[in-house]
Amino acid sequence: MFDMLAQPFFEFEFMRRALLGCLAISVSAAPVGVFLMLRRMSLTGDAMAHAILPGAAIGFLVAGLSTEAMTIGGIVAGCLVALLSGLVSRSTEVAEDSSMAAFYLISLALGVLIISVKGSQVDLLHVLFGSALALDNDALVLLISISTVSLAVMAVIFRPLVVECVDRQFLQSVSGLSPVAHLSFLVLVVLNLVGGFNALGTLMSVGMMILPAAMMRYWLRELDALLIGAIISAIVACLLGLLASYHFAWPSGPAIILSLGLGYVLSFIFGANGGLVSKLTRRKKHLSA
Amino acid sequence: MTIAFSNVTLGYDLHPAVHHLTLEIESGSMVALVGPNGAGKSTLLKGIMGQLQPLGGSISLGGLSNADIAYLPQLSQVDRSFPVTVKQMVSLGAWGQTGGFGRLKAEQAHAVEHALQQLGLKGFEKRMIDTLSGGQMQRVLFARLLLQKAELILLDEPFTGVDARTSEDLIAQIQRWKVAGKTIIAVLHDLAQVRRHFPKSLLLSRRAIAYGDTEGVLIEENLNKASQFNEAFDDHAEPCVMVGEH
Repeated sequence: MFDMLAQPFFEFEFMRRALLGCLAISVSAAPVGVFLMLRRMSLTGDAMAHAILPGAAIGFLVAGLSTEAMTIGGIVAGCLVALLSGLVSRSTEVAEDSSMAAFYLISLALGVLIISVKGSQVDLLHVLFGSALALDNDALVLLISISTVSLAVMAVIFRPLVVECVDRQFLQSVSGLSPVAHLSFLVLVVLNLVGGFNALGTLMSVGMMILPAAMMRYWLRELDALLIGAIISAIVACLLGLLASYHFAWPSGPAIILSLGLGYVLSFIFGANGGLVSKLTRRKKHLSA
Repeated sequence: MTIAFSNVTLGYDLHPAVHHLTLEIESGSMVALVGPNGAGKSTLLKGIMGQLQPLGGSISLGGLSNADIAYLPQLSQVDRSFPVTVKQMVSLGAWGQTGGFGRLKAEQAHAVEHALQQLGLKGFEKRMIDTLSGGQMQRVLFARLLLQKAELILLDEPFTGVDARTSEDLIAQIQRWKVAGKTIIAVLHDLAQVRRHFPKSLLLSRRAIAYGDTEGVLIEENLNKASQFNEAFDDHAEPCVMVGEH
């Protein structure tokens, strides 16, 4: 048992690197996902993942398989889309989801166009699906830096962000922090997606945000508990996913996300807070007060 | 700190929601803002808070800053599915002192307890706001207002979706504010309630139809006029020119 669970991490450096990288993503991306879910913006995370892809791809074309170039490209493309759609929707009374969709589609089309015109046989598989088992030092440092910055920013904007979610008009009546909270939050989404794509790929890293949050909603009610629960479930899924990846020679990104997916399915069946079973077996007698 | 509107026009995309408003609301008055849907009542509140810049004219708050204004949003504007507790929600009223980042000091924590007590929310501190009824939620928002210690209190439909007993309690709170010398402006729909509790009224229908003592304002003739002036937006409307304006 011990051999199966711990031996890979003791024996191989690449497993330890993978674990460290995934832990860094778990700690910072899961709380961002909780806010995305509570603001009913889960699909915005997905849209942002697409917006980042072309930026990363352009970085890849310009500088080859360089972590820095792809990261910078991704952050620039993602922030541009986030900021533009935020500003446009706030200055024109158009709902944010439509301006977000417009800008990420423009970004995606632009990326695809540039890549096809360049015509090189670029292997974008790495960008699309990442590889936690091949994290080099640069990528690891980058991941941990992003995770640290993200946690720090989250801590600073926490209260304005919560109020922005619950009662934006109140926030606007007491301070000018409403747009600051909203835009910093979108930047956090971008940072974490970019951080995640080195290990999990752009398409998988969004799962690291949404699934832990969606899972925990079936167990926990309070915000603090949701945030901590999401981090813990993300960490556990990383361990399980990496082990599955090692033992069955599966690709690591999908293995991690599928572990989360399994947790999600179990949660909506057995979850104490609105899960299927709890609804079917609910006590017939209600409490007296 | 008289609030003075001089020829104020507020609106969106050049369409006026309220236009050519000239009147003064004296310090310490308790004014009901009455008018049909779309009359520009909420827009006027936004103008007072400075969230909406006038398209024309000016609003003077007589030296009040934003920190002196407390605002009760319409209940429907609050996302009640978000997991925060009653106590956390009420504590936000101390924002003026804590800001977005500071912690709640002992004195403010005490004020939170007092506000909860005053609005009959003892025992509800740890309840999540998604488990509250409309009336209970409105008590929470009032407790938050109480904590803000503002001089000017703006209430947008404070009694919508609220039962009679809660309405009475909330009105009692508004009366306490009046006794303490606060200025209160409330958007209301129930005219009987306005007549009972609010000494002054402003009947609005894109323009001021009447302003003054409630009994003189809420007469049949004015109310008819109010429903008649409530025109729809027209993209081809002529630019508005008031008599005496060039």
